[in-house]
Amino acid sequence: MKIGIVCPYSWDVPGGVQFHIRDLAEHLIRLGHEVSVLAPADDETPLPPYVVSAGRAVPVPYNGSVARLNFGFLSAARVRRWLHDGTFDVIHIHEPASPSLGLLACWAAQGPIVATFHTSNPRSRAMIAAYPILQPALEKISARIAVSEYARRTLVEHLGGDAVVIPNGVDVGFFADAEPRPEWQGETMGFIGRIDEPRKGLPVLMKALPQIFAERPNARLLVAGRGDEEEAVASLPAELRPRVEFLGMVSDEDKARLLRSVDLYVAPNTGGESFGIILVEAMSAGAPVLASDLDAFAQVLDQGGAGDLFNNEDADSLAKSAIRLLSDPERREGLRDRGGAHVRRFDWSTVGADILAVYETVTDGAASVAEDERVGLRARFGLAQRG
Amino acid sequence: MTTLIWIAAALFAIGLYLSWTAGRLDRLHARIDAARAALDAQLLRRASVAQELATSGVLDPAASIVLYEAAHAARQAEEEQREVAESELSQALRAIFGEAAQVEAVREAPGGDEAATELAAAVRRVPMARRFHNDAVRAARALRRHRTVRWFRLAGHAPFPLAFEMDDEPPVALADRATA
Repeated sequence: MKIGIVCPYSWDVPGGVQFHIRDLAEHLIRLGHEVSVLAPADDETPLPPYVVSAGRAVPVPYNGSVARLNFGFLSAARVRRWLHDGTFDVIHIHEPASPSLGLLACWAAQGPIVATFHTSNPRSRAMIAAYPILQPALEKISARIAVSEYARRTLVEHLGGDAVVIPNGVDVGFFADAEPRPEWQGETMGFIGRIDEPRKGLPVLMKALPQIFAERPNARLLVAGRGDEEEAVASLPAELRPRVEFLGMVSDEDKARLLRSVDLYVAPNTGGESFGIILVEAMSAGAPVLASDLDAFAQVLDQGGAGDLFNNEDADSLAKSAIRLLSDPERREGLRDRGGAHVRRFDWSTVGADILAVYETVTDGAASVAEDERVGLRARFGLAQRG
Repeated sequence: MTTLIWIAAALFAIGLYLSWTAGRLDRLHARIDAARAALDAQLLRRASVAQELATSGVLDPAASIVLYEAAHAARQAEEEQREVAESELSQALRAIFGEAAQVEAVREAPGGDEAATELAAAVRRVPMARRFHNDAVRAARALRRHRTVRWFRLAGHAPFPLAFEMDDEPPVALADRATA
């Protein structure tokens, strides 16, 4: 099958959506499909052979933060050329509602279009204003995929219609086979994420730490992620600070080894998550997981069956749950087993098969993707020659 | 003279808008047709695999009869009874493949592994195809309720699109990806 994938965010900037698209493309190529990914990228960045650059993304303020987006005449032309040259059987657009390549591709294409909605943004005023503009583009999408039941609910609420839920994929084997590092073992808790991003919840964990450390005198915390380390431990009593170790940014291999080594993975995120891929990675590596009870997390953890949940933003609740888990090896073993069985549904072999099933459902008997011919519209008025 | 030009321009703009909306509607109807064809194909596939399993002798006689009956009814159903017949097939499949042991027994029979995999794929794809179809129907209905479309009768004689409502809950033992 010839598959075109549209990535809305810069290929040079690491992010969940980009990683998902990279893994999906590589998985499909391994299965023998022809895949081309259209993504914003600087001209200098080295790209994998299957990625086509749609030009540099421009940083603009959007939705409360600065987003790097692609739009305008040149990008639209590149999208059209990519569609024309590709002659795809199906195109798969990610984040079609964000004002970037996804939306442009939606405008320019016709034929079998699959779209994945990753984020579950609350409905913004811009979205309401743009609704009449978005709708004609979005109604071309033949199949919608939401990454979680939670993302599906927001999608149905904001845009109407329905979607199938296919979770993000994880290479379970990569994490399960990683080698633990002895210096990261021995009553350790792990945290991976931006340190200076309050949404990732490190401050909540810091507030819970004194209680945990008092109860478990040998416990340590390992933190991997970018941000100001001094500031992160500022709220912690000085004598406890040496028990928090910062590893900075870690490679994919080290991330897997860290997750293999720790006795407990803590995800204290306070909101804005639509999936929680890190929890799946932790479970794949066999780390017992303790997470805040966000909708998205509760779903990934099978409503508490595959990992423990604590009350969101409640440091007390976090501390109690962590102490209970750290002092109960049997319970941790149970979580390891159940988590390990639960993650198999997130493995690329399962997720990839589901995504392919969607492609096959929409391409059954349909023509291939083509440019949407606006000329045809002008021709209807007999203006084709002049236009 | 200028007034005339302005009127002409306005009429032209309105015409352009109407033509564009008609094009949108046309595309939506095409999408529904394609989605319906895909749904029909998936339903037929599911009924065929079920019927094959029912006549294969892998299942006990009682289960065979129930499954054969349901699969046969689903394949032969008239358009008006289709939703009910397909829902009954879903129920029969759930009753028979509710236990993981039954799925295992099928897989162990010669050629059974293939049949079980096909059935698992079919029960997974029916809800998918149905969601895509109903999503297209919803989009078309939203547009057809629009004033412009009603006043100018842009939908022509195309029948008002109807959603396909059925019970498509897959059997637990087949749908559980953890054991797949």
